[in-house]
This record gives sequence, C-alpha cells and structure tokens, in this order.
Amino acid sequence: MDTFLGRYKNLIVLAAILFAQIVALAVQVRRPAQEGETRLIRLWAISTVTPIEKAVVHSQEWVQDTWTTYAYLRGVRRENRELRAELGRMKIDDARISEDARMARRVQALLAFKEQYVDSTIAAQVIGTSGSEQSRVLYLDKGSNDGITPDMAVITPTGIVGKIVQVFPDSSQVLPINDQFSGVGAALKDSRLQGILKGAANGATTLQYIMSDEKVVPGEEVITSGGDRIFPKGLPVGRVVSVEPGKDLFLNIRVVPSSRLDQLEEVLVVTKITEKMPDAKDLGPLRASDILAERLPTVPSKTEVDAAGNAKPGAATAGSATGTGTGAHPTAGTAASKPVNGAATINKPGGAATAPHTAAPGSTPGTGGVVKPKPTTTGTHPAATTARPSNSAAPVTTAPSQVGSQANRSAPTTTPKHPKTESAPNPNSDQSTIPPTGAPPQL
Amino acid sequence: MSSRVMPFRGSLTSREQVSVYEFSWAAIIFVPLIAVLIQIFIPVRVRFLPIIDLPFLVTIFFATARRNPISGCITGCLIGLTQDLFAGPSHPLGMYGIALTVIGYLASSLGLKIDVENPGSRFLLTYAFFVIHQGVYYGVAHGLLREGLQWSWSHVAISALANAVIGIFVFKFLDRFKQR
Repeated sequence: MDTFLGRYKNLIVLAAILFAQIVALAVQVRRPAQEGETRLIRLWAISTVTPIEKAVVHSQEWVQDTWTTYAYLRGVRRENRELRAELGRMKIDDARISEDARMARRVQALLAFKEQYVDSTIAAQVIGTSGSEQSRVLYLDKGSNDGITPDMAVITPTGIVGKIVQVFPDSSQVLPINDQFSGVGAALKDSRLQGILKGAANGATTLQYIMSDEKVVPGEEVITSGGDRIFPKGLPVGRVVSVEPGKDLFLNIRVVPSSRLDQLEEVLVVTKITEKMPDAKDLGPLRASDILAERLPTVPSKTEVDAAGNAKPGAATAGSATGTGTGAHPTAGTAASKPVNGAATINKPGGAATAPHTAAPGSTPGTGGVVKPKPTTTGTHPAATTARPSNSAAPVTTAPSQVGSQANRSAPTTTPKHPKTESAPNPNSDQSTIPPTGAPPQL
Repeated sequence: MSSRVMPFRGSLTSREQVSVYEFSWAAIIFVPLIAVLIQIFIPVRVRFLPIIDLPFLVTIFFATARRNPISGCITGCLIGLTQDLFAGPSHPLGMYGIALTVIGYLASSLGLKIDVENPGSRFLLTYAFFVIHQGVYYGVAHGLLREGLQWSWSHVAISALANAVIGIFVFKFLDRFKQR
C-alpha cells in the first residue's frame, strides 16, 4: 500500500485537487448566487484589490492629465479654431433639430406618450477587467457608497456599455453588452424592428430574434428599445455590419457597438431614470389640426393664388372644410391639415376663403380665430369646423390629453386661453370657410 | 564507421540541467499576485493584453523551475482560483483552477524530463501548454457547465504564439528570482 501511494503520489494529489474543484463547480452550478448576491471570497478579493487598482489608475490619470494640461499644448490653437467652426455648424443644426423635437414632443404629449429620461448619472472610471478572454466584465471605481446598485445602466456619450451586475462598497462590476451572458433589448432605428442584442464568447455582438423575411441593411443604426427595463429607450447601441440568414427562421445580424468597449476609460452610470410626459407647455399653441395632421398623409402644398390673394377655384378643392357642405369625402371635413405658415385667412361673412395652402384634406385656413360650427351641420364630421389658425395667430393652449380627445369629438369645446387673440364669435363664421367643391380630397 | 545507438534511459537532459530551484516566500506569493493584478487592470489601457495570459506563464515558470508535480499542482490551482475570483459572477470558481492545475502538473512533470532553460524549448513548451490549457478550459466549460463556448483553432494558435513569444521574456525576467 505504501509503495502504491508512494509511486502514484503525484497522480493522487492531482486527482484529489481536480476532484475538489469539480465538486466545488458542481455546488456552484447547483446553487448559483442569487441576483445581486456576491460570494464572500469574491467580495474579499475584490475589496483587497480595488484600492491598489484605484491608486494605479488614478496616478496614471494624474500623470497623463499633467502632461496633457501643461506640456502638450501644441496644436491647441488650431484645434480650438476647428472646434469653433464645428460649434457654429452644430448651432445651425441644433436650431433645426430643436424645432423637430418640439413638434415631436407636442405630438407625444397629445398622444399621452410617456417617455423615459436619463435623470441623473454618476461618472465612473474603469479600473479593471476580468483579465481573461472568456469573461469581459469591467470594474468601476464607484460602488454602493456612491449610490450604485445592481441593474443600473452604464453608458458613454457614444452609446451603451452594459449594466451593473455586482456592487461592492467602493467598486462595482459591469457586464458589457459583448459578454456572452449579456442581453439588451434593442431595435433597428429606421425599420423599428425589435430584437435582443446578445454578446458572444469571442466578443461579437449580434441582434437576434428578427425574422428572416424582414429587410435589414448593413449600416442601419441600432438603438435601445427600452424593453429590458434597464436602458432607456433610444440610446445608441451600434451599427449593423452584416446580415446573414441564421437558424430557426431568424436573421443573424452582426452589430458593432457604438462605444469602444475595449478602450473604455470613463463611463456614466445611470442612477435615475424618470418616466414622464413630455412637457409641451412652452412649445407653443396646441391645435387639433396638429394632431390630425400627424395622423394623416401629407399633401402637396403648392396652390395657385390669384392676384387678389384668393385661391383659384380649382386650386382649393382639397380642403372642403365646411360646416354646411354636404357630400364631401368622410375625411374631407375634418380639420386635419398640416400646420402651414401660409397666410391663410378666413373671409368675412359671406366672403370667399383665401387659402394659399389648402390642398390638405380638410385644410383649416384662417387666422381669424375659432370658428364655431353650427349644431345643424350635416354631412361632415363635427371636427370639420374646427378651423384653427394655421399660422399660430390664435394660440389656444389646451392640455394635451384634452386636446387629443377634443379633436376626436368636436372642436367647438376647445377652450381658448388668450381672449385677445381669439376673435369674437361670429354667427356667420361657420359659413366663412371654403365653399365645398364636391371634389374628393387629394390624399 | 558505425554509430552506436544508445538506449533511452529516462531523461533527455543532463544531470546538471535538472537542478531544482527554490524561491523566496515573497517571490512565491507576490509574483503570481502581481501577475494576476497586471492581468486585471492592464487591459483597460492595452487593448490586446487579454490574449497574453500572465498567470498561465507564471504557473509554467514555477512548475518547471521547481520540478515538483505536487507543488506544480498546488501552485496552478491557487493561481487559477485567484484568476477565477475576478472573472465575474457568471464565471464559477474553479474553471481556471482546474485548467492551471493540469498545466502545473504537466509542466513540472515535463520539467523533470527535458531542458526547460533553453529559450527554444520554453517557446515550444509554452505554445503546447497554452493549447492544452485552452482545451482543458473548453472541456470544463462545455462538458461540465454546458457553456456555449466556441472553439477557434486560429484564435488559439495565434494566442499560443503570442504567449510563447512573450513567455520567453517573462521567463527571462523571472529567472532573477531563482535561488539554487
């Protein structure tokens, strides 16, 4: 026996160590750590290492900052000039985008559409990695003492990074989106197709569960869908680089993340996401026509106007918005034109409407204020008479939900808040709309 | 002229070459720890470093230098478990432990048989052991834990080459800690 043990001592020790570790593995697989729970040995190890990592990384940062701040000023003047030029360009873009955003917020408010906003973030420094290719977790220098909790989103200005999986007092662990155990609700920006972005062992990210009969083109942007309840909707995720038919009727869509996940230094941890209605108070007047205009197809806006400023008979055939008209297209009478900046006016009682931009079905020309419909109106939708000013001349601000519902019911119930801009009710004004031509609306 | 073929008598090295080295306790404790630390936070700055497996190289170095399979097993086991600690919550403790235990055993067993001081043999040893290391890890992950790892020969070959090249310099540096 002694001879046997002595002869195979090395192999026996090897087998014993391997057996112990396999048993330990089996125990971990059978009883995995609960969500957010950390094994004590890991807590000790990471708590021991974190101060060293912080010290090294921060001293490196300090040296780098010192160098870049005091020594490396070459080229700053030129860079400053370029940045100013870029800022100018961006200001112009900003003006256009702001206007679009205002309009989008108005519509969202009208539709009672709740949006998620990144309310507060904490900047954190990446101080470590897992050190292996099989696991891609990152370590941040902020932990529970800084208010970080598991399942918080981690982002950069260029795109999402991952989510917090474990939190220690002074550090936390991030599971990046390219880890094989990661999954993010994502959508294609243009086609709005939704899927799940998953990582792989080799660090590649693929968008899964998109049917193979869908058309996805390389180059399309991928954004968060908000379906995972971790990332707010609309954050950039990456870009499609290749699309191949996958197994099980799904496409295999390869995505390159927007964030440089292999070169991360500073990240933002989203500590609070607020879900609220878009604030449309300061976005100008809300008009029933705006709501409906968003729901209807747009139409050509060119209309011939004669010398007197009146629309030619044949030119204003689309917007048969009248309270007295009969036989019009069911939608023709609805006040659903896209808001236009044309000088649409409502003529005085009995006059003809001048409507340079009345090609939309149920256009609502006029700047004269609210046009009351006659209760006896026949043949058209009640909203047909909601002739709101199309040039913001009569700002009537109404609560979004109210406006939405009123638009669908009847416009006369809208409550003007600025009496100055509202014209006095005119008993004949309901007839001062464009006379019906009987022509169907041009959709 | 005729040449005599000498029968193989167990060792390919001369007696002088199979000398066993000792290390100070400080070196035994701190060299693996520093290797793991470097492995953890250097990839934040250096993009390609995850390919280089410093704890693996240190395991081979200690195992081949001490030429004791039992100490090789234990060294590999401890370094691997330390590496496991930092690999994230979804990575069970023991995966690297098992892989490096096997490598420690094999390296120390082979160290008894062949010359491991030569850069050429170190290169080949490291290359071969890296492939074995990846194979054992893949076997554990795929066979025991049913993880969906993908085996890529090209990736393993390139990683093994990189580790073998870096290993020559790492071993040369670590030779300073040897004590006869």
